[in-house]
Amino acid sequence: MSDDIKIRIRNLYKIFGDNPEMALDHVKQGMGKTELLAEHGHVLGLNDINVDMPAGKTTVIMGLSGSGKSTLIRHLNRLIDPTAGQVLIDGDDILSYNDKQLRDLRQHRMSMVFQKFALFPHRTVLENTGLAPSVEGESKKKYADEARKWLARVGLEGQDDQYPHQLSGGMQQRVGIARALTSNSDIMLMDEAFSALDPLIRTDMQNLLIELQAELAKTVVFITHDLDESLKLADHLVILKDGFIVQQGEPQHILLNPADPYIEDFVSDINRARVLRTRSVMQKTGTGTKDIAGEVDHDANLESVIEASGGDTNKCYRVMKNGEEVGILDMRTLVRALVPQGGSDDPEAARRAG
Amino acid sequence: MATYDFIFDKLGLRGWCGDGGSGDGPMSMADLLGQTTGEDTAVSAWDTPFPSLDALHDACETIPQSRDLTTGLETGFLNIKDTLKIVVDPLTQPLSWALNEMLWLMQAVPWWIMIPLLMLISYAVGRSLKLVALVAVCFGFLAFVDYYDYTMQTLAIIFVCAFICVLLGVPIGIAMSRSDRTQRVMIPILDMLQTLPPFVYLIPLIFLFSVTEPKLYGIAIILYAIVPVVRLTDLGIRLVDQDVIEAADAFGMTDRQKLFGVQIPLALPNIMAGVNQTIMMSLAMVVIASLVSAPGLGVLVLRGIRSLELGVGLLSGLGIVLLAIILDRVTKAALARINASQN
Ligand SMILES: Nc1ncnc2c1ncn2[C@@H]1O[C@H](COP(=O)(O)OP(=O)(O)OP(=O)(O)O)[C@@H](O)[C@H]1O
Ligand SMILES: [Mg+2]
Repeated sequence: MSDDIKIRIRNLYKIFGDNPEMALDHVKQGMGKTELLAEHGHVLGLNDINVDMPAGKTTVIMGLSGSGKSTLIRHLNRLIDPTAGQVLIDGDDILSYNDKQLRDLRQHRMSMVFQKFALFPHRTVLENTGLAPSVEGESKKKYADEARKWLARVGLEGQDDQYPHQLSGGMQQRVGIARALTSNSDIMLMDEAFSALDPLIRTDMQNLLIELQAELAKTVVFITHDLDESLKLADHLVILKDGFIVQQGEPQHILLNPADPYIEDFVSDINRARVLRTRSVMQKTGTGTKDIAGEVDHDANLESVIEASGGDTNKCYRVMKNGEEVGILDMRTLVRALVPQGGSDDPEAARRAG
Repeated sequence: MATYDFIFDKLGLRGWCGDGGSGDGPMSMADLLGQTTGEDTAVSAWDTPFPSLDALHDACETIPQSRDLTTGLETGFLNIKDTLKIVVDPLTQPLSWALNEMLWLMQAVPWWIMIPLLMLISYAVGRSLKLVALVAVCFGFLAFVDYYDYTMQTLAIIFVCAFICVLLGVPIGIAMSRSDRTQRVMIPILDMLQTLPPFVYLIPLIFLFSVTEPKLYGIAIILYAIVPVVRLTDLGIRLVDQDVIEAADAFGMTDRQKLFGVQIPLALPNIMAGVNQTIMMSLAMVVIASLVSAPGLGVLVLRGIRSLELGVGLLSGLGIVLLAIILDRVTKAALARINASQN
């Protein structure tokens, strides 16, 4: 896991309408989405987007409905072309690609998983899974082994000859994921891939994705409108609103330092004890010489620490990473972290003012 | 004299109209009537005629009569006819040839091969023994009442025409689905083809080709029956789930792969529904086309009407119904099989 940047998005704008160039000038002068629609009849899809997506990690793009998430992810494989800006993949500007290069990008370097699965209803599970090789002209016999391997990996054995409509939603999305994996591409785009599934299946699928990520370390771009999901999956979290980025960064950091009332709203309903990790709230240097009640892992969530302490706020824990001490966690700090903090002031007042 | 004299008088066009009054041109029926009754035109306001070509002609001879319009159309058509023929004749020659060969083939094969063969085809298409039995009973009955040859002729014409309809109609439908402009151009043409009474097709065709050529009725049938397959191909492709198309794009399919691997297979139920209707419409038209020497059961219907042979008319009508039922059931069975395999 290196810190290379796989996908760079630079000053990306997308405006839907008859004369996007004209509208672009207005947007660059600071016109917002609602005014642009009211005064010029153009829809502002994306507004000056800059994101670096690290290789081998999961970047989650989150926002409410209509905030431009699908529009953004479709720029990465150019299902949508931007009004202005750059998309660089491995340093290549994909907007300069011709048809052939673009097809190559879509066949080999990227794959996509869709909210509504988008399987081919007239092909069997195996044929659907082997879509990427079959597009290249490989025969079914040739790709069958590879496709079966990935089907097995997502937990779908022996369903080869079923048709998609014979499977449940969760199974269909497993086929969707196997289809993406069979292309052996580095990048996997997932547009609300789990949104259409019921909560239990959804948790299963999230766990499956985390497992696969630990094993394969693909560059995943995951879209969701669900904060719990994004906190669970994200290495890098990007929050969109009305086409612009409100805040991006490490999810724990965003949770503890929301930059904006919009994000405060988002994070206020969340179960912080389950989401926050000890490493995000610990003190780096152990100041107090209190008794150490025990050791906790740096990646453990606060819930598990509270459980271990039995609710005693006087205790202190040593935070360990790979067998070494990285900090001290005071139960009092922990409890304070459970309540959202709106800077130095009362959060309600800050929200009303801002 | 005539009701609308005053217009030309007021506008000072009398000179342009010639003398007015009795000219030397051919007289219209109205003129003749006017002459015999000897009345001059003291028409009450109630009887004011519409300012039609004929009424205006009465007032001013330079205005043509409506009769001249129809003659004009006719001479116009006859003038371009020869040039049109040079283009259309060789283009449609294969149609004559195909029809002749098919008619010959279907009649040359003995019945004890033909009927089992048709049963086999219906089984291959529909996979249903009930259907095969229906086919056997219907053809058996028609052969029993000595209408076998007529039935085979009708069937031959339908096979050829429906096949050509699909051959031309599916690509046209695909072109329409890919471009909104093509669709906008084609829809009025299809509307026209669909609403023109079938007899009207026959009129210019009779002038264009000799009545002895099979392509005359071949073209009439194809023009009439091609519409549903075109429309439903266009519709079927446009109705393909956009998410699936997006997935095809996202995995780097070429336009060709998308068309043959995704769009056409998914549009197949609609295309087949179009084929079904096309076949039914060719059957309807092949009966009418017997007016222009199309052989088959239609000839018997025509004989029934012409020489008032009630029995022949009824029996051949029944034959057409049986044929329609068979064709409909067989194509519907094919459609059902496609539907079942897709969802
Ligand atoms: N083809 C288009 N033409 C015009 N406007 C569009 C088009 N596609 C998207 N938009 C607009 O762009 C905005 C962002 O849409 P987008 O689909 O990206 O939202 P989203 O964040 O994916 O929402 P959801 O969660 O509902 O999927 C919306 O206001 C939408 O109306
Ligand atoms: Mg979306």
